[in-house]
Amino acid sequence: NPWAAIAYLVAGVLFILSLRGLSSPATAQAGNRFGMMGMTIAVVTTLVTHVPWKTGDATNSYVGPDLVGIAEILGAIAIGAVIGIVMARRIAMTAMPQLVAAFHSLVGLAAVAVAAAAYLNPQAFGIADAAGQIYTVSRIEMGLGIAIGAITFSGSVIAFLKLNGNMSGAAIMLPGRHIINLGTLAAIIGLVAYFTVDQSPWVFWTVTGLSFLIGFLLIIPIGGADMPVVVSMLNSYSGWAAAAMGFTLGNTAMIITGALVGSSGAILSYIMCRAMNRSFISVIAGGFGADAAAS
Amino acid sequence: MDFIAIFSIFILACFVGYFVVWSVTPALHTPLMSVTNAISSVIIVGALIASAAAGSASSKWLGLAAVVMASINIFGGFAVTARMLAMYKKKER
Repeated sequence: NPWAAIAYLVAGVLFILSLRGLSSPATAQAGNRFGMMGMTIAVVTTLVTHVPWKTGDATNSYVGPDLVGIAEILGAIAIGAVIGIVMARRIAMTAMPQLVAAFHSLVGLAAVAVAAAAYLNPQAFGIADAAGQIYTVSRIEMGLGIAIGAITFSGSVIAFLKLNGNMSGAAIMLPGRHIINLGTLAAIIGLVAYFTVDQSPWVFWTVTGLSFLIGFLLIIPIGGADMPVVVSMLNSYSGWAAAAMGFTLGNTAMIITGALVGSSGAILSYIMCRAMNRSFISVIAGGFGADAAAS
Repeated sequence: MDFIAIFSIFILACFVGYFVVWSVTPALHTPLMSVTNAISSVIIVGALIASAAAGSASSKWLGLAAVVMASINIFGGFAVTARMLAMYKKKER
């Protein structure tokens, strides 16, 4: 459908204008509105092109849009809208960073849910052959999507707890954490590679579990003062997760926007570090930087 | 669409993202982070596709759950950014 592709392109351009607008005070509010317009176009286009469809069966000859399915989707959007707007209105201005972290964890979890949905029902997404074997490229994309999404989720939860004061803002140093972290990362990469030859559920869910774990392990050694940079970095991760899922679903809106968010989020974290006079590498590497400061 | 075509789009979008935020004013760091966060909920597109796909009930419910989470982020993210910007404007005067 060429119209859908064009609409997604327009949404992508609006997102670029939005990020650009937020760079300068004079254009910031217009930038926020461009973002809203872009998101509306992306959502409406997807709804129009992917309306659930009833084909009729032995008991029911109705053929046409699945009205219950549409109502469920609109209901889900409405629930999210109410919760989101209430949270945004009620929160104290001083609690903004943790609110962004909390919102963020939702993007990570949503990415995990989408990847899991694609894994459980690959034929409906057109990423598997008739025998239910998922294509190799799709397995890599899906593995990356779920790993990055899970890291975004658990990392953001820790960032939220630290910023909100539910968890000590001090850097928590586990003994032997470098070995644990490197081992976990190696296991995730190894399992994503193994996933390309074996699509059994245990591989998929172990990757998910280990990714939740590494998100947690990577963020606990980072001190509270560096958290805004971490939130921005996790923001970048959620963009990469969206892009990976965009590749899986062959959806240009997700690829363009995911890449935009991924790279601009990384640059923004770098700029924020520079503004705070912190070394970017030491913040991202967490515990490694704290070691250097202590010695 | 073939892989090379979508991969080209991906790489070009990475470069746009790289160049677009370099000139940001320090006071706008948090709002920019917040709007980037709201935009990252484009994952809702995948969630909608999952909720609309036929054939697996668990897959559909995962999709719907993801739609709820992503739309909290969309509405909350843009609303919070608007609030921060309104405050910033008052300070300027």
